[in-house]
Amino acid sequence: MHSYPAWKIWLVVIVLLVGTVLALPNVFGEAPALQLSRNDRTAVTETQLQQVVGTLQAKGVAVDGSYVEGDRLVLRFDDVGTRLQARDVVQSAGNEYLVALSDVPRTPGWMRKLGLKPMSLGLDLRGGVYFMYEVDAKGAVKQLLTSMESDYRTLLRKERIPFIGVTSDGVDTVKISLRSGEDAQQVTNLLRKQDPNLVLNTDTLGEGGAVTVQLSPTQVKQRQDFAIQQNITTLRNRVDELGVTEPIVARQGIDRIVVQLPGVQDPNEALRVLGATATLEFRLVDPDGDVALADRTKRAPLGSKLYYSREGQPVLLKREIIVSGEQLTDASSGFSQGEPSVNVTLDARGASKMLETTRQNLGRPMAVVFIEKKRVAEGQPCKGTRSGNECTEEEVINIATIRGVFSSNFQITGVMANEARELALLLRAGSLAAPLYIVEQRTVGPSLGADNIARGMQALVIGMLVTFVFMAVYYLGFGMVANVVLVTNVVLLAALLSMLQASLSLPGIAGIVLTVGMAVDANILIFERIREELRNGVSPHAAIGAGYEKAFSSIADANVTTLIAGIVLFTFGTGPVRGFAVVLSLGIITSMFTALVVSRVLIYLLWDRKRKLERLSIGMGY
Amino acid sequence: MEFFRKKTSYPFMARRRAWYVVSALVILGSLAALGIRGINFGIDFTGGVVLEMNFPQPANLEQVRGSLEKAGFGNAVVQSFGTSRDVLVRMLPEEGVDNNALGNKVLAAIRTDNPGVELRRTEVVGGQVGSELAEKGALAVLFTFFFILLYVWMRFQWKLGVGAILAALHDPIVILGFFAVTQMTFDLPALAAILAVIGYSLNDTVVVFDRIRERFLSMRKGTPREVMDASINETLSRTIMTSSTTMLTVLALLFFGGEILRGFSTALTIGIVVGTYSSIYIASALALDLKLSARDMLPVQKEKDAVDDMP
Repeated sequence: MHSYPAWKIWLVVIVLLVGTVLALPNVFGEAPALQLSRNDRTAVTETQLQQVVGTLQAKGVAVDGSYVEGDRLVLRFDDVGTRLQARDVVQSAGNEYLVALSDVPRTPGWMRKLGLKPMSLGLDLRGGVYFMYEVDAKGAVKQLLTSMESDYRTLLRKERIPFIGVTSDGVDTVKISLRSGEDAQQVTNLLRKQDPNLVLNTDTLGEGGAVTVQLSPTQVKQRQDFAIQQNITTLRNRVDELGVTEPIVARQGIDRIVVQLPGVQDPNEALRVLGATATLEFRLVDPDGDVALADRTKRAPLGSKLYYSREGQPVLLKREIIVSGEQLTDASSGFSQGEPSVNVTLDARGASKMLETTRQNLGRPMAVVFIEKKRVAEGQPCKGTRSGNECTEEEVINIATIRGVFSSNFQITGVMANEARELALLLRAGSLAAPLYIVEQRTVGPSLGADNIARGMQALVIGMLVTFVFMAVYYLGFGMVANVVLVTNVVLLAALLSMLQASLSLPGIAGIVLTVGMAVDANILIFERIREELRNGVSPHAAIGAGYEKAFSSIADANVTTLIAGIVLFTFGTGPVRGFAVVLSLGIITSMFTALVVSRVLIYLLWDRKRKLERLSIGMGY
Repeated sequence: MEFFRKKTSYPFMARRRAWYVVSALVILGSLAALGIRGINFGIDFTGGVVLEMNFPQPANLEQVRGSLEKAGFGNAVVQSFGTSRDVLVRMLPEEGVDNNALGNKVLAAIRTDNPGVELRRTEVVGGQVGSELAEKGALAVLFTFFFILLYVWMRFQWKLGVGAILAALHDPIVILGFFAVTQMTFDLPALAAILAVIGYSLNDTVVVFDRIRERFLSMRKGTPREVMDASINETLSRTIMTSSTTMLTVLALLFFGGEILRGFSTALTIGIVVGTYSSIYIASALALDLKLSARDMLPVQKEKDAVDDMP
């Protein structure tokens, strides 16, 4: 008789119990649901939950479950039809909420409160879209240089220093050409005062003078990093506005951003909103310039810029921007005197600038310019100005006479209803700090996702059944133990995957199937060793002990090599392949534990603890 | 039931020379196929556009090709995908063309003649991303070899290590050769399967080596060849059992896992067969021909002591 430490038995019992509880949420399946988030971006309260559920019940819509998760209210329904009814009810009750359709797990309330979640499914299993954007880092620097240009112009005008022009090379320098070389020193001092870190070069030779401002490589890099971070924030805001549940927006590598939108079916819609670079600018109309001449020659007089309205009418606007999109803190769409409008709110700086401008220019016209940057391919038309693959379209959407002084809140008209909605969304979510373009896009339809799950599960079940039969026939009683061990292995693996919330992909399911086939290896090694000992005439008790002991080094060695492959794959892999690597590596860990410890405990309880053990059920003939 | 009730004693090592020839021919054949036909890389590596569509009735591939040609997409590859109603359209990326719009246009072209088509999946991979994925994949294979080499070197005598690594190199070459001969699409999951095979094949090798190491110490009188044959025979039952269970589950994947996993499961199926073979006929046999002996298995500390004793 062998004695076996009781603590090991308890350890196994506890691990299996915890594992079962963690894996349990996976058996409930998913139900159609609505996720409501408040338009004013505050968290949904318990009272509001009661209100919404009450409204639905009053209309005879059966709600299967409702709870608050994060800032959102989740409503679960029995079927898709009820969900659509519910959506109509919620939407007709006013536009207090942003409604998103999704599927949520049917996990009971107590499990959810304990934080237990089912495995998170990858896009290839639940359907959705995946984008990888590349941030045009050079474009970000260019934008900075452009804003430096206009800042310097304003500064020189304010200080009344005559200059010929301010131009940037678009890479890292801005050159200020002065009328007189004697002003160079003054300009240098002014710029230094603004930013002591600037690298300035003064050139007083020739007729006029020139000051060049050069960005250091660190500044360039800082700007690029900032642009990428800013873009991630903006994309996150926009994704939130789309009402997608459980989206992922993450930086990848140096200049890439990955966006995953589960459940989204139409990538085009999402692409348009995510990648749009629409923004607004407010400028005063230049009353003195000759518009007709400017239109003919395509050249605007000094201090003005030539624009066209939507109807194609030429307009001259002052170069100086009063307020631009970045200074908007909030925007919403609505109607003003029967016309679609965008209601905007400015930040403090924008508001004071607007106040000052409107006060000084009462009775004069002000224009709203709508700017959209697009990436166009070679040969595709661009209505605006083109630089490389980037097309910038600028349109005057509205010119109105300033009738009163206003500052932070006002309305803009001159857009169509759907444009007003989208513009409001984009203004709210913030603008992109650098142009983005798509380098990878994957879309999986919902039916394919469901098929993939079904196929994966079928392969898993068949693979397991065949293995069960094989092990039971070959190793009899011990084979049955190995089969129970295999089930515990899959349960523990599911528990780990649920706990870590690593997303499970189709290759991930394939990894589970492969793990099933390979996990029995450890038990096979042990059982073969026990058989060998028995053949050598060792007693059953001693054979069991020796089998586990002697097989250990082989099991450990053999698993390390696969673990190495798994870890390397995890490091280099992306997306679904990474899911496979996670499953492969975790599967090795759980199979080591179950094959060495769980099977030992089971064999101890079944046979090893018996005082009299004549033979072992480890195959015919033993 | 039992495969081997009695101790088996197949003289594996006696016929190793013949198997060297077989292995050499297979490797040369694979390399030749790789050189001549090359691998049909999926868009994960080349970049491009893939659309998977489901037709309401069995799809007429000729008609689909016709619709695409009319719309100016004559270079698109059209193939059925799993069932007769599933169709896959594949196109290589074109410079300066918005790949995204390309996908939409292709779908529109097909829908003009087959309005009921359901779009199941689209993948657009930029050429740059494709070459990066290929580069990363190659690096992953290299790193796997490097770390496994390191592990085998630390854990086993160098003669065994050489055998293990050559066996591990043998397996991916044969798998890649198969992909070259059949022109089956080689995608990211297939690459992942190759890495798993490298791990699996070594797993098999290591089990045999563990036994060889043990046997060299207990069978002091046996010749290296006898020791090796004994070790392989003793682990044969296990080798066959593990290969069988793994093979059965992988076959379940191959038959039921669907078209997307085809490359993955095919690579694994071949890998398990050649991985099992290579552990015996490449890894062990090479170690024997490198004159592995009982002395190689002894701890190496002695030499170090000798150095310490020097005045």
